[in-house]
Amino acid sequence: MKTWLALAALLMAAALLSLVLPWDALGDLFARDRQLGWAVLVELRLPRMLLALTYGAMLGAAGAAVQALFANPLASPDLTGTTSGAALGAVVTAYLLGFSAPIALSIGSVIGALSALLLLLVLAGPRAETGTLLLAGLAISALAGALTTLALALAPSPFAFYDAYDWLLGSLVDRSLNQAAFAAIPAVVVILLLSRLRGALDSLTLGDEVAQSLGHDVARLRIWVVVLTAIGVGACVAIAGAIGFIGLVAPTFARRLTGGHPGQAIIPAALIGGALLLAADLMVRLAPLGRTLPIGVVTALLGAPFFLWLVVHMRWRLGR
Amino acid sequence: MSRLVASNLCIPGRLEQTSLEVDAGTLTCLIGPNGSGKTSLLHAIAGIGTRDGGVRIDGVDPWRAPPSVRPRLITFFPASRDVKWPLTASDVIRLGGEGEIGPVIADLDLEAFANRRIDQLSTGERTRVLIARALAPRPRVALLDEPVANLDPLWQLKLMEHLRTLASESGQTVIIAAHDLDLAGRFADRLIMMSSGRIVADGGRDLLESGVIGEIFGVERRDGAWQPLA
Repeated sequence: MKTWLALAALLMAAALLSLVLPWDALGDLFARDRQLGWAVLVELRLPRMLLALTYGAMLGAAGAAVQALFANPLASPDLTGTTSGAALGAVVTAYLLGFSAPIALSIGSVIGALSALLLLLVLAGPRAETGTLLLAGLAISALAGALTTLALALAPSPFAFYDAYDWLLGSLVDRSLNQAAFAAIPAVVVILLLSRLRGALDSLTLGDEVAQSLGHDVARLRIWVVVLTAIGVGACVAIAGAIGFIGLVAPTFARRLTGGHPGQAIIPAALIGGALLLAADLMVRLAPLGRTLPIGVVTALLGAPFFLWLVVHMRWRLGR
Repeated sequence: MSRLVASNLCIPGRLEQTSLEVDAGTLTCLIGPNGSGKTSLLHAIAGIGTRDGGVRIDGVDPWRAPPSVRPRLITFFPASRDVKWPLTASDVIRLGGEGEIGPVIADLDLEAFANRRIDQLSTGERTRVLIARALAPRPRVALLDEPVANLDPLWQLKLMEHLRTLASESGQTVIIAAHDLDLAGRFADRLIMMSSGRIVADGGRDLLESGVIGEIFGVERRDGAWQPLA
């Protein structure tokens, strides 16, 4: 209970800080024109905060669910190609098919994410060894990346590359409340639905046979996790681009709070993921660089060393 | 009426159409060479990967029972000792379903490492923890695939003794697949012999003295031990 309160408090604090920081400009604005101050708060900072919170939470929950499903701590939406697949879906929808409404982008993204996850299941198998899983993920990411570039190169608009660049690297800037809702609502619904699968996902700890003998329909469970993850991650990618490593980092910490139970880690991983992306966004805003970094770059810079640590740690634990 | 009634179970290529009735309060051993279909029969009864045929436990269909009820009807202990995440031993036992885990921890002498992580235990200790997981819900029918493999000689005897007690005193139905003919002959009420995916003999302990053992396993008892057929 204490841990839950602490996590919720951490998340609230990160969300509040995300609304008010950097304070100088906002305070100034409030002092000069109260109405304008509120407008900035509600129309610029609130959607950005909501988007960071729910996208981060979605990545955390999806990471936890996919890791539980594959029984592998290195399975995560970015490393297994789900986010790249979603990005490809959105790019094809926007630049080749010419639909740019949020709902069209979301559908394109979800289809892309779903295809990537199904391809992963086919290539790596349902209980993949780490090596196979990462290789299959790498292949899918590479393929989706190449196809994304190809789609942009073939796009009728000569500015497609320039236009898509910021979004592809992940960006929470200048999204409207309406756009944020297109990511946030599916994300929250998916996280809650994924969390209902926690018991079944925990039972996979003992292998498919035992999970089935306990009364869980493992084939249906697999389909649910894949479809829900694709919808949640796809909807977020469509609005804010591909953001990596949160789905890898958050579940690892979350499982420390649940005694290693992979299914029960879904909600804690969502809370941690939300806090992490809010924190990364704050770093983007507060970094004294004179320009805004794409948030995907920040999460990758912080997440990649963690990934390396995880690889070394696993190698050491397996004694190789 | 028998406790367990299984009719027309079938797994293509592994288990021919098989029907079986087993009484309450009995310990049954499935014996047979590698690949004879022992694990497949246990899978078929537990409804793992197949829905051919039907099973009733005291008249109730366990395959349709939800996860909240199923472990009290039937549990399955697989031959694999693999645990994918580093939970503690008692958390692993709790994965088996609701219910007290205290008694089973005492029965299988697990107090010393109940709070240790499963990946830090030896294979034998892990085996006992995983067996405890299958027995903790006090199922009416417990299916165990090679439960004594990886156990030291003392624990092989202790476990078989415990399974016998569960059958005779608690009235549970225990069905195990086993390779050790001596253990099977010493503890089982009933022996079911399998070969090529079907039941070829079914009877009491005297089955071990019959010629069918030589036919199926290619061994015979000479000088107090099992030896290849002369």
